[in-house]
Amino acid sequence: MNDHPGVSVSVEYKYFCSDPGQESVKKAIREHNLTGIVVAACSPRMHEATFRKACAEAGLNPYLCEIANIREQCSWVHTDQDMATEKAIEITRSLIEKVKLNNELQPIEVPVTKRALVIGGGIAGIQAALDIADAGQEVVLVEREPSLGGHMAQLSETFPTLDCSQCIMTPRMVEAAQHPKIRLLTYSEVEQVEGFIGNFKVRIRQKSRFVDMKACTGCGDCIQRCPLKKISDEFDCNLGKRPAIYTPFAQAVPNIPVIDREHCTFFKNGKCKVCQKFCQTNAINFEMQDEFLDLEIGAIVVATGFQIQNTAMYGEYGYGKYADVITGLQFERLASASGPTAGKILRPSDGQEPRNIVFIQCAGSRDPSKGVKYCSKICCMYTAKHAMLYAHKVDGGKAHVFYMDIRAAGKGYDEFTRRAIEEDEASYLRGRVSKVWKENGKLMVRGVDTLLGKPVEIAADMVVLATAITPQPDAREFAKVVGIGCDEYGFYNEAHLKLRPVETATAGIFLAGACQSPKDIPDSVSQASACASKVIGLFSHNQLEREPVIAVNNESTCSGCWGCTLACPYNAIEKKDILSRSGEIIRRVAFINPGLCQGCGTCVTFCRSNSIDLAGFTEKQIFAEVMGL
Amino acid sequence: MSEPFEPKIVAFVCTYCTYAGADLAGTSRLKYPPNIRMVRLPCTGRISPMFILKALQKGADGVLVSGCHPGDCHFTQGNYHARRRWTVFRALLNFTGIPLERIRFSWISAAEGVKFAELISSLTEDIRKLGPFDQYKAMIHETEAPVSL
Repeated sequence: MNDHPGVSVSVEYKYFCSDPGQESVKKAIREHNLTGIVVAACSPRMHEATFRKACAEAGLNPYLCEIANIREQCSWVHTDQDMATEKAIEITRSLIEKVKLNNELQPIEVPVTKRALVIGGGIAGIQAALDIADAGQEVVLVEREPSLGGHMAQLSETFPTLDCSQCIMTPRMVEAAQHPKIRLLTYSEVEQVEGFIGNFKVRIRQKSRFVDMKACTGCGDCIQRCPLKKISDEFDCNLGKRPAIYTPFAQAVPNIPVIDREHCTFFKNGKCKVCQKFCQTNAINFEMQDEFLDLEIGAIVVATGFQIQNTAMYGEYGYGKYADVITGLQFERLASASGPTAGKILRPSDGQEPRNIVFIQCAGSRDPSKGVKYCSKICCMYTAKHAMLYAHKVDGGKAHVFYMDIRAAGKGYDEFTRRAIEEDEASYLRGRVSKVWKENGKLMVRGVDTLLGKPVEIAADMVVLATAITPQPDAREFAKVVGIGCDEYGFYNEAHLKLRPVETATAGIFLAGACQSPKDIPDSVSQASACASKVIGLFSHNQLEREPVIAVNNESTCSGCWGCTLACPYNAIEKKDILSRSGEIIRRVAFINPGLCQGCGTCVTFCRSNSIDLAGFTEKQIFAEVMGL
Repeated sequence: MSEPFEPKIVAFVCTYCTYAGADLAGTSRLKYPPNIRMVRLPCTGRISPMFILKALQKGADGVLVSGCHPGDCHFTQGNYHARRRWTVFRALLNFTGIPLERIRFSWISAAEGVKFAELISSLTEDIRKLGPFDQYKAMIHETEAPVSL
């Protein structure tokens, strides 16, 4: 490399990213009065910032530093040593050619809007909102259902302590609703996100409840009077019934009903309005329309949660065919004191207590043939909990659990599963279930005990499937709305799995809870608090420094064709008048607003007169890089 | 027997998806042939057809253009512009007689390290089969003047 034209010094060192390594870079810059450096090492996504900082400390403009990626994209992926070495040299050379043409750039300062948006009002969203608000920052908490709570509000008891879920959840919900720094928007959805870190513009649709939130006192008369009573209750996983005007559950926050437009008799037939007649505060308004809110937001926490897999995919387990084959979440509702059976474990088909119950773990998880290769993480634990709750609630009942492996890593988790087996005498059978069918009023479960190497058949009264946790049905579309990425399943991508697990690739947008991957409550809460600390960190600055990689227009050659304005996704290109001395308009040219430009460079390629260039990735730099290859 | 032909392929990729996908292939220690040279750009929208021509002129036997999947662009629309531009540019390439098989357009996300490694392997094989791209070189030789772009 020393022989390459323009190179004044070339040094080899094992870890340039280490302190002594960086010191040697700084020393070289000072000693040789360098005007640019190329670091041939790992990916710029790892250490570009490190070396730019070292440059700045040595008095060299940080944008005169380029990284040649000879690790992730060369040494780690090739087996032919000679060819890989040749490639590494070429990569480095081409970046030397580029760096020769690099310009000194100055970071751009942009203001920070100190208001956070938290999307999703489950435990993760609530935790993030409370933590940010407690730090004195404004929060807008958006939940698409009529009440806060998410899945956690549906649970009966929680592992590994067996404390009642609603008892620990509802105080948090109330706290979030009453917090002076939190603006709560339930029954609302985020429709559009524009802008960038510190400066997002978000459009929120407030769906019409048909109930005036200010006038309603939450007395519940309307709910009592609604003549429709037989709508499947989503909150109870279709095990219970609800009227057309309803709150999802008794402790709903806010405690204000909504009218289910799809089922309401008035919206169907144009007649009824019984609820309106009985409302003492005239809160019901059938004319209400959806409203839109446009908000300026500085940071976004996405905590949109999960859904459980459609268990009907498993025809062999008879879900949907036999009423007494239910999902784990349905079992939660049965076991919950606020559920349709007031906490009694009763068969949905006939209301009898099941004497023999079978739990099937991994009913969907770790099954590549059904598209879920991953472990859903919480099922081993909640199945152990279900077996315990069953033993506590049904005297003399027998619980059988079919499992593949027991994955109980967590504080107090393994002890908990042992307790289910040893104290509550659940019979754990290692193996898959192949079929469930009905015979003489019993659900016959055929599986295999792989430890004994024998087939097993159990005549059960009820079967509970530990279904997989999957992304929300609209997770992919929503990712596009917000501008973040998904993995192959639709879970949201973090910036780095290990080192940046709460950030997304889009600066200023963070992830909390099961929208990123299946998670239990402690993990969701921890991640939510981590998000909050990221947001609070961001809000501790009044100004943010942004990369100066932006498009710049040469006004003397610009012809004013406005092709660039068609290309720009950010509306960053304005029309600027060039005036003569006497104040007449001579020409109109494009002006690129540096605050709005994000530096994608699409306009550069669009420009017919070659007037626009992208700082840091100029035409000349790229041609030089290509020529260097 | 002569040594197998080792093509040179230049890839123009966006830093958010394909470059990150290539890094993932690296951290996962996947293997692919060393014939690829990556040029990192902020977005596929930045890729000018001139870059592709320049690479071919400089001696590349194949060119890859790769960015985020439609709808996933970090800059919301850059890849759509790149796609439209590519559609038009294809026709021009065809007209000039540059075989379209030498230029590949693909989408690779930051999560698709495996897809990246597979694409590079298959692309390298395909270009190897096509043999060296010497149309430009022949042209330069005939005119005895460098083609300036």
